[in-house]
Amino acid sequence: MCGTGGRRFNSARPALNLSFSFKTTFEQNIDQLGGATLHVLPPTTPTRIEDPPMTVTIDIDRIGFSAEIFEEFLSTRTEPSWITDARRAAFAKYEELLGEELNPEEFKRVDLRIFNAAKFRPSTDESDASSISTLLASETEYGGSIRHVDGTTTHENVSEDITGNGVLFGDLQTLLTENRELLEPYFLKQAVRPDADRFSAWHAAFWTSGTLLYVPQGVDVDLPLHSLIAHTSDGVADFGHTLIIVEDEAKATLLEETTSTNEDHSGLHVGCVELIVGKYANLRYVQLQNWNQKTWHFAHQAGNVASQGSLQWTVVGLGSKLSHIHQDVNLNGRAATAEVNGVTFASDRQKISYYTQQHHKAQGTHSDLLYKEVLRDESRVIWRGMIKVDAAAQQTDGYQRSDALMLSSDTRCDSIPGLEIEADDVRCTHGATTGRVDEEQIFYAESRGISEKEAMHMIVEGFFQQVYDRIPIEIVRETLSRTVQGKLGIESMTVV
Amino acid sequence: MSSLLKITDLHVSVADTPILKGVNMEIRQGEIHALMGPNGSGKSTLAYALAGHPNYAITGGSIEIDGGNITEMEADERARLGMFLAFQYPVVIPGVKVADFIRHAVSNIRNPDRKEGEGLIGMREFRKEIKARMEELGMDVEFARRYLNDGFSGGEKKRMEILQMAMLQPKFAVLDETDSGLDSDAVRVVSEGLAKLSGPEMGVLIITHHERLLEFNPPQYTHVILGGRIVEIGDAALAHDLHANGYATVRERHPEAAADNAKAEEAAAV
Repeated sequence: MCGTGGRRFNSARPALNLSFSFKTTFEQNIDQLGGATLHVLPPTTPTRIEDPPMTVTIDIDRIGFSAEIFEEFLSTRTEPSWITDARRAAFAKYEELLGEELNPEEFKRVDLRIFNAAKFRPSTDESDASSISTLLASETEYGGSIRHVDGTTTHENVSEDITGNGVLFGDLQTLLTENRELLEPYFLKQAVRPDADRFSAWHAAFWTSGTLLYVPQGVDVDLPLHSLIAHTSDGVADFGHTLIIVEDEAKATLLEETTSTNEDHSGLHVGCVELIVGKYANLRYVQLQNWNQKTWHFAHQAGNVASQGSLQWTVVGLGSKLSHIHQDVNLNGRAATAEVNGVTFASDRQKISYYTQQHHKAQGTHSDLLYKEVLRDESRVIWRGMIKVDAAAQQTDGYQRSDALMLSSDTRCDSIPGLEIEADDVRCTHGATTGRVDEEQIFYAESRGISEKEAMHMIVEGFFQQVYDRIPIEIVRETLSRTVQGKLGIESMTVV
Repeated sequence: MSSLLKITDLHVSVADTPILKGVNMEIRQGEIHALMGPNGSGKSTLAYALAGHPNYAITGGSIEIDGGNITEMEADERARLGMFLAFQYPVVIPGVKVADFIRHAVSNIRNPDRKEGEGLIGMREFRKEIKARMEELGMDVEFARRYLNDGFSGGEKKRMEILQMAMLQPKFAVLDETDSGLDSDAVRVVSEGLAKLSGPEMGVLIITHHERLLEFNPPQYTHVILGGRIVEIGDAALAHDLHANGYATVRERHPEAAADNAKAEEAAAV
């Protein structure tokens, strides 16, 4: 898709609704370091021209919440003192971190200059849940579902078949309060730490509603669970948290989505996802981010996988004005595995950024990350990936790849893979491609009577198909396919 | 009344370099024509120009189907009028299933006014049809589920071209070295496949270096192209003679075209 071969097309084509042209702002193809045994220190430098570093020193007033806002927020909470104490500690950390520079490696391409936290407040109003639309809720039978609206849990249910096995599923604060001994050791302690950066600290101080799933040892929750995070009011700040603990030999699937009821309401989500996968356990987790295009989305997301455990994690980015996800996969136990899938479709002036890390900490661990991004209009996508292999993590197999397809010359994509390897007997492969739609593919389809526009759409869908094929949950594949078609402007299209 | 593809004084440039310098040809439905010529003579250029490739700029002359001028039409419009090109190098479209691709193509060709998002040919009917065609061509039906040409061998790709031709039933099919790069078994399959498909409903233009394809599909007309012009027209015997003896005598008879051809070959080699 991004090779240098092939003809260049000169002829002017009629303008399309889905505009594209064949100049590209940036093209790279970092080839694979596949198969070889690597001993790489320091990390390989990707072959790209670096941007001039953007300043990441940000005016504190513009990115932070004040102590007054914090006290006001606390006064609205009814919760045990250990939770409040943890919030206070996090807030102190937050104030401290606001004065520090964000990690330039992670943030230098993420333009936060126009982000103004003062525009957003945790919601205290009654929310309007009547017009919430979901992509996933009605697609299948769920074992339980939970809904958070403007930072408040408004609905939860779970089948007794599931809770009968000792599974906890529901509102995070309620369940944390009721099961302190069980859950406190996990919450913001193992996967995501409040002191990681100002966003995690901000979240830890202000977290509001959240989804908790706890699956005891050996329990298989065979029906998927559903979690929905919605924004309905203008200027809402929500700090939703998702904590999933799948104990040894247990198994579960959670599908989570975000949505906004009003296209014109601005919103802020400072979220956190913590996935704890026990020995021989299996977790499938999907987060489908589908905010409106006036929502800012910041999230720390981390998965810890114990020995022989497996995590299948799918991240979908469709909405938001700007989103930045810090995604960590920690392979903590021997022969732990993680498969990470990314589906991103950016349009208009959206900016969608990922900072992913696959951290191999134990022997014989396996990670496999595939991100696919489609960009149209004037959107921008940033992916900075890293595979880290500790000295102890011999016989590791790490893979990461990001492919971006640019549909317009006004889009911009930065894909930067990286390796940091301290073990000497590993196999690590990475790659990134960015390119535009291949004109020869379009012509081939046209020569079969398929219009240029329809051909474009098929090619985009085919591009994503390669990552859909890795998603083990049919309704997610179908929903994504339909949602992408919607974003492409296809009213209905039958897929074989 | 059979349809007529009429090419009149066709001039085509690629990246501002003139390649075809006045090609004339008439192909009726039901006829088989062979197009032969040395490297650089413009064979593939004619194929692409007929199909409507945007890089092949038609700078003069016309292409008509039954008197309707298609010279300015996009490739998909031409296809909907019955034009088909079997590619020398079929294109891979990752993630798009063979069946899905052909179903869209068939729907557009059989319902030329169809717009994107409008109904496709019925699934049951389509499946039955594609299965039958694949079996006739000795193809594993599993191929329908694979991604278009993705990981296909050379022979599989060419068979896929013939399958598409069988499904689309064009009025005029141009086969651009469909038999090149294939082992003899694959050439036989493609040759037999074409022989089965061609008939009173299809006009065929075969561009080839091989005898085999023409043995199975003997041409009524052989056109010899040199330096971007058709310099000789004959029957199957001419094709046979060129295969046996090469283009030396043709070059002698048409020194000016031969000089042009030599220039084009040189330019291509740079």
